[in-house]
Amino acid sequence: MERKPPPFPDSEEQEAHSEKAEEESGDDDDDDDDDGGEDIFTGNDLFSEEGSYPGVQEPSVDNQHASNGLRSDDDEQDLFAEARVELSLDRSSTKGIREVTRSSPSAPDISYKSSTSKMSFEKPEEEESNDKFELNIAVTHPEKVGDGMNAYMVYKVSTQTTLPMFKSRAFSVRRRFSDFLGLFEKLSEKHAQNGYIVPLPPEKSVVGMTKVKVGKEDTSSTEFVEKRRAALERYLHRVVSHQNLLQDPDVREFLEKDELPRAVSTQTLSGAGFLKMINKASDAVNKMTIKMNESDNWFEEKLQEVENEEQQLRKLHAVVDALVNHRKDLCGNTAVFAKSMAMLGNSEDNTALSRALSQLAEVEDKMEQLHQEQASNDFFIFAELLADYVRLLGGVRNCFDQRIKTWQRWQDAQSTLQKKREVEAKLLWANKPDKLQQAKDEITEWEAKVTQYERDFERICATVRKEVLRFEKEKSNDFKVHIIKYLESLLVSQQRLIKYWEAFLPEAKAIS
Amino acid sequence: MPTISQEYKTALRSVSVDLNNDVSLLIDIPDALCERDKVKFTVHTKTTLSVFQKPEFSVPRQHEDFIWLHDTLVETEEYAGLIIPPAPPKPDFESPREKMHKLGEGEATMTKEEYTKMKQELEAEYLAVFKKTVQVHEVFLQRLSSHPVLSKDRNFQIFLEYDQDLSVRRKMPRRCLVVSSRTWLKSADEVLISGVKEVDDFFEQEKTFLLDYSTKIKDSTTKAERMTRAHKNVADDYIHVAAILNSISAEENTALKKHLDKFSDMFEKLRKVEGRVASDQELKLTELLRYYTRDIQAAKDLLYRRARALDKARLKSKDVAQAEDNQRQCMQKFEKLSESGKKELTSFKGRRVVAFRKNLVEMAELEIKHAKNSVSLLQGCIETLKNC
Repeated sequence: MERKPPPFPDSEEQEAHSEKAEEESGDDDDDDDDDGGEDIFTGNDLFSEEGSYPGVQEPSVDNQHASNGLRSDDDEQDLFAEARVELSLDRSSTKGIREVTRSSPSAPDISYKSSTSKMSFEKPEEEESNDKFELNIAVTHPEKVGDGMNAYMVYKVSTQTTLPMFKSRAFSVRRRFSDFLGLFEKLSEKHAQNGYIVPLPPEKSVVGMTKVKVGKEDTSSTEFVEKRRAALERYLHRVVSHQNLLQDPDVREFLEKDELPRAVSTQTLSGAGFLKMINKASDAVNKMTIKMNESDNWFEEKLQEVENEEQQLRKLHAVVDALVNHRKDLCGNTAVFAKSMAMLGNSEDNTALSRALSQLAEVEDKMEQLHQEQASNDFFIFAELLADYVRLLGGVRNCFDQRIKTWQRWQDAQSTLQKKREVEAKLLWANKPDKLQQAKDEITEWEAKVTQYERDFERICATVRKEVLRFEKEKSNDFKVHIIKYLESLLVSQQRLIKYWEAFLPEAKAIS
Repeated sequence: MPTISQEYKTALRSVSVDLNNDVSLLIDIPDALCERDKVKFTVHTKTTLSVFQKPEFSVPRQHEDFIWLHDTLVETEEYAGLIIPPAPPKPDFESPREKMHKLGEGEATMTKEEYTKMKQELEAEYLAVFKKTVQVHEVFLQRLSSHPVLSKDRNFQIFLEYDQDLSVRRKMPRRCLVVSSRTWLKSADEVLISGVKEVDDFFEQEKTFLLDYSTKIKDSTTKAERMTRAHKNVADDYIHVAAILNSISAEENTALKKHLDKFSDMFEKLRKVEGRVASDQELKLTELLRYYTRDIQAAKDLLYRRARALDKARLKSKDVAQAEDNQRQCMQKFEKLSESGKKELTSFKGRRVVAFRKNLVEMAELEIKHAKNSVSLLQGCIETLKNC
């Protein structure tokens, strides 16, 4: 079972990121503005923008913010105080290379334009070197820690990298399953609501883990551990291949930090839990009273495509699962047959035939091994790929729902604003000057909100578009790679089969 | 109503050595009809023997007629020292029929293409069962016709020639007795044969060998059947995978589409190969084992008869004069039985070894052929995909 992660796809982008990272660390200025959202987001390639907005923090570099990665530091503005979970709460453990300084508040209206105005701390443009930065991650060495029902598996997460944002070039840490779930939770809290597709970790499994805890040293628990190890590795690969997520300090911390605080809320949240949440959200969206008028069919069509694909992949996964099981059956039956054939060979009184039958038994033994390995390949290369994507597509659906929620929020704000205006009008007419001021204040507040939410919506639209395209590209590559890998495994299997039978043939011919 | 082509039949006739060599009596089953559960075989004879009325003739026969013939031969005392070729097993269409039923139930969940392919597979399976049963009946007759003694049996000749419905002749009350006593006798025989003191080294060896071998080969047959069935399941799964990949590809419009198309295509091609591997294995290995399980049983039956004869010969030693005479007769019978038995068992051994050799060689060759086919298919596909 090969451990090497797939070739790191966006290495150039990584390198550019890290360039930016370097730039940031020396920078005290609060660069985290509301990033001329549109400009940067509508482009397909982030880095084409880089030249034009030097000094502007790349939208994808959202490291400092726990919540909406792209947002500016709006906490200073009361208007937005309740809008998002603020950073102060969970930044305690983050020791990212980049320290957040959020001192300078920026007024909302300026922030929008700030991208173009923040030339003040423009650094000389970093040359994009042509070196590709490397990042290899492996999850290995599952080890059981503890005994009985409190036992748990610990995995070694090793990173090898030339990315400057890490403290060293090669390092490893020990992580347990709940750590992975904790990482997912943090990432999804921050990024999912902005329309990013956050990769899902493997499922919790009470049955599987109980067996391991109880200490059953049988093939099913070793299989389970291997399945989980491989899934965790793939999970990390997906996380780091997403340029935004890679920049998240939580990710770096996960890879680098020796001790992570134990993630407790993962008791409830897991991949499956998240999916359930997504489905509930979808239901809620479907029940919305105001339906969105899509000026552009792209979103509707895409969502439909995604839903169809999810269904199809589920079906395919079920069938491949059946294939895996049938092959395992074949494997078992072949082993049993081989033994029986060996006995028959022993019983046979014609010497040459006896030999041939024993040889046949040996060939069948080898066939059993072949089938076993093929079943494993069926599973790890094919079935797990499909399972991963069924989950990921759930995550993609979530983006779409988040977009609609964002739209809804904007709409709600608009109607609230309308109501406030009506209140003002009434007060004007009733001539109550004291209350009038308050009404005017509220109107101002809500006008700002409406603007903000509209911008949020536009931004999430752009993010979702980009994310979907990125996802499709990644999926395409992933599938291509795996299809070839799977076919190659079948090829190797058949070639070995030929060897075994060719070795047997002379034995059969020698019977007389 | 499927019929069989001559070439396929010749190809199928592999579990036994080439029979039908003696031109004086050539038998084959050129045709068979399947009506619901009943299979009607057309038994065709070509002969130069004067005992028959015509040099060439055909009669319709049912499976029960074959059983009648077999049982009659078994009961014939003169043949006690011969290995009577095992009766052909009843045609069993249960498995494909059940699968066809399941397929019908699951039709709604599959694409039209998938359903058609599965149906084709099942029809092929059905046809294979049919062909096998024809072959097995044919081989039975050919074993008889090539046996120096049995080919002259009057009942055999009636079977071949009698152009009326045999079931009239078949309905003899004795039949039932023999059939039911058979199983009872079997267990008694086992006890007898293991208990009886053997006088002859040859038979002692044979007995040990056959008893042991018989259990083992029966076991191997069952295990081989399971293995072949599992193999078929894998081949069938490939059909489903190909079908779903096809539907996914239809909705895909990125560069991935080509890959999915080729991948689906590959599964479709591979499943044909895997299907052939499974059925070749069935024919060469499983069928071989099945046949010889029955044949070994026939050899064992010979030993039982001999043991019973020996027992009889020993028993009548109580009353004197008449008994002496009786005993001499029994002894004689026993000795004749033993002599012919020895010959039979020796030739049986030879037959078995030759048949195994032929089938194992053919199976190995087929496995290699199919695997090479798969290899070239896979290599071609991988090459194309890498350049995509």
